[in-house]
Amino acid sequence: MKLKSYVSGALLGAIMSTTAFHGAFAADDTIKVGILHSLSGTMAISETTLKDAMLMLIEEQNKKGGVLGKKLEAVVVDPASDWPLFAEKARELIEKDKVSAVFGCWTSVSRKSVLPVFEELDNILFYPVQYEGEESQRNVFYTGAAPNQQAIPAVDYLAENEGVERWVLAGTDYVYPRTTNKILEAYLISKGVKPEDIMINYTPFGHSDWQTIVSDIKKFGSSGKKTAVVSTINGDANVPFYKELGNQGIKAEDIPVVAFSVGEEELAGIDTKPLVGHLAAWNYFQSVDNDANAEFIKTWQAYTKNDKRVTNDPMEAHYIGFNMWIKAIEKAGTTDPDKVIDAMVGVSVPNLSGGYSSMLPNHHITKPVLIGEIQDDGQFDIVYETPGLVVGDEWSDYLPDSKDLISDWRMPMNCGNFNVAVGKCGGKGS
Amino acid sequence: MFYRLIFAAFRIFFVCLSLALSLLATKAFAADDLKAMVNALGTASFAQAEELVNNLGKSGDPNVVPALEALSEGDLFVRKSDGQVFLTKRAGSKLELIDPLTGASAGEEAKSALSKVKVNNSLRRAIRAAIGGLTLMSPDRTVRLQAAQSILKAPSADSLEAVETALAAEQDAEIKGVLESARAVALLSSDRSLDDKKAAIEVIKERGGRDSISILMTAANSADEALRPDIDAAITSIENSLVFADAAQNVWYGLSLGSVLLLAAIGLAITFGVMGIINMAHGEMVMLGAYSTFVVQNIIRTSYPELFDWSLAIALPVAILVTGAVGLVIERGVIRFLYGRPLETLLATWGISLILQQAVRTIFGPTNQEVGNPSWMSGAFELGGLTITWNRMWIIVFSLSVFFALLFLLKRSAFGLQMRAVTQNRRMASSMGIRTPWVDAFTFALGSSIAGMAGVALSQIDNVSPNLGQSYIIDSFMVVVFGGVGNLWGTLVGAFTLGIVNKFLEPYAGAVLGKILVLVLIILFIQKRPRGLFALKGRAVEA
Repeated sequence: MKLKSYVSGALLGAIMSTTAFHGAFAADDTIKVGILHSLSGTMAISETTLKDAMLMLIEEQNKKGGVLGKKLEAVVVDPASDWPLFAEKARELIEKDKVSAVFGCWTSVSRKSVLPVFEELDNILFYPVQYEGEESQRNVFYTGAAPNQQAIPAVDYLAENEGVERWVLAGTDYVYPRTTNKILEAYLISKGVKPEDIMINYTPFGHSDWQTIVSDIKKFGSSGKKTAVVSTINGDANVPFYKELGNQGIKAEDIPVVAFSVGEEELAGIDTKPLVGHLAAWNYFQSVDNDANAEFIKTWQAYTKNDKRVTNDPMEAHYIGFNMWIKAIEKAGTTDPDKVIDAMVGVSVPNLSGGYSSMLPNHHITKPVLIGEIQDDGQFDIVYETPGLVVGDEWSDYLPDSKDLISDWRMPMNCGNFNVAVGKCGGKGS
Repeated sequence: MFYRLIFAAFRIFFVCLSLALSLLATKAFAADDLKAMVNALGTASFAQAEELVNNLGKSGDPNVVPALEALSEGDLFVRKSDGQVFLTKRAGSKLELIDPLTGASAGEEAKSALSKVKVNNSLRRAIRAAIGGLTLMSPDRTVRLQAAQSILKAPSADSLEAVETALAAEQDAEIKGVLESARAVALLSSDRSLDDKKAAIEVIKERGGRDSISILMTAANSADEALRPDIDAAITSIENSLVFADAAQNVWYGLSLGSVLLLAAIGLAITFGVMGIINMAHGEMVMLGAYSTFVVQNIIRTSYPELFDWSLAIALPVAILVTGAVGLVIERGVIRFLYGRPLETLLATWGISLILQQAVRTIFGPTNQEVGNPSWMSGAFELGGLTITWNRMWIIVFSLSVFFALLFLLKRSAFGLQMRAVTQNRRMASSMGIRTPWVDAFTFALGSSIAGMAGVALSQIDNVSPNLGQSYIIDSFMVVVFGGVGNLWGTLVGAFTLGIVNKFLEPYAGAVLGKILVLVLIILFIQKRPRGLFALKGRAVEA
């Protein structure tokens, strides 16, 4: 019976990519962990890796004896890069599979789509990707970078070390690049950059013809001032963008590009020789040199049986989030999401870049910011590291709408958008 | 550890000291000093390294060039045990050490015993300038040309004398031209007389091009008030001459986008245009073509690396066969049961496209696959103020040759004749002894293999991922419908029109709005001419 349902499940999964396949051996005395990452559709390219990373982390934890004397059990569903389906699958995970926490989502729109579900059913979501901020929700823990943990230090680095005075903010046309660029624009202007020295450009998802834009960048960069491109270009559009840069002969020494969505995984599909010297800002690089990271890479490559598999920043975010969750469960002595949420704040675990990350009252975490230069082997050479940990700032100080807002989910404030100017909970946003 | 730090600090101090002394005494450096300076690179911070590179450049000794090149390429390593710096070459799992100055081999070392000397962009700029200065008098023409160009990119008053000496000795006209410009640029930041500078501005103006504006703008930021009007006048004059080049550039971009659209649409012009099958799996045929390229390249990389430049030529027939076969199977297995039922065909082919995507995802994984550009498809060349990238140019050539080859096949071959006969009047063709089911099958296979050929070309400019096809399917339908269903010439004109309109809109409206505008224009156009640009006339229309 069990075998039959497994086989039919697998068959269905192969035919209709949206079908969920559950662990074959369900048992009651396990703690269930939901994994909500797209395994098909456009986002599969990034999210499949995170599913594998989570399965590995759960397997490793079970080798150590699980948590609270129980084994962990992963429940994998496939929301198929379909935003409304994310909400449906999240509901299925919580109501039907009774998971204790969910690790998942990549795009902001998928996160926004599941927020009401997590609020209504009072469960936990760990969100591992850098995002635009302007949000703090009691049921969500944001283990990726807020804009001040990625974008702003990167811009500072370029201004100080490369003497950049002219900025191209190029992004894909959706909420993360738009908000990030709004914050960056406000930040740059507050630093004395003239508005005519900022060029903002948006392109559709999967844009593949970059000729006009690259030549515009070239033109914009020929005004005698040092120019850099700050790229929030997402996903597949990056490969043709970098190829066009390389072909039109724009070298990193002339106009460097700093990217927030290009990591080891994305570079795996490009010949990186023409890109050497272009930059990326993350909180983790595979090339970070310490024992914890070496161990992590070894485990990952053994788990995937591929000694060329790379690690990346969102994987580290899941690593931190998962370990924080385990620690909070041990602290609370239960897996009841409501109690675990309260136990999470203040939990501190080692990250992979050689320090500790702690969960803040605003449900964001502290992390170092690293700037890396692309190398010809598809890895990054770290050229700059913030001296200390950077505290995640959910409501940007540079946007007029959000500069008075703070978030603190501890009692007695217990509010995601406390307006310090009027002293009341409930400002703009959610 | 601590001991080593002190040692390193002491060495840097020593180097700086010796440098200062030797600068005072003579301009020549002893080999030992150079060696010490190169070794100091191993432990220097980025700022110190930049200083060292500048000093190495000033040494005037061409022996340091390999070390500087290696530093910029990331091939310079420092041995952890004694702080010696070496050039390295990969030798199996170990690295072969080469003395940075003499080029003599210095044994092998495991990777773990070495650490890479790090480099960042500003250091790379310094290196480029230093190498430029050192190789200006090199006997090798290409090296000299490169040196002149790098001086032109990083002008400084210091290099003026070196450039003038080189200019006096230079025979080659092209290098001489670059050096003239470099001299003019360097002169602008020097303390020469105003008249010299005015002449220099004139030289740069003559040179023209986008780079010259950049040079003049830089100069304007620091120049004398008296020079401002001259610089401004020069900039305006260059900009005026660039207006025409800009328009030409837009046309070129439009042609290039059009050729990509044409490639993607041409197979659909057969399956949808000629056969009337709403083929939603068309994009996946393009994707399969791209994956065939990937597989072929992978085999070439591992077994026959010397054939890499031929990889696309080898991948082309492979892609044609693979996608043709898949197309044949789809037609025989699914579509032939659905003729005359367009809605079911649409759903069935859409299902096939999902199955193909997921199958590729399962076999190759969801991530992008690396497809390399052969050397003849990388880079760009200048043509009268236009920057033309090789890969775009070859794609235009390729798409036009595919188009005309197809046209020839349809108009001049027996198969083409049968195909046209079947589409125009199936029953008549059948009674003339044509096996219409097989003509259908091979026509569909032909459309699919043309999509496969498109995949080979598109693998050069786009991602090779399971989603590759999806981004082209809508554009392809748009081109075919706009150009006129059933007419190949319509597809050609439609593709290039859409490409050029899109590229002329993009600078003004932005990429997102530009695309929307194009769609709106097409909708309006279709209202006016429902059958597209070149409507088929005659009996086939009613069939």
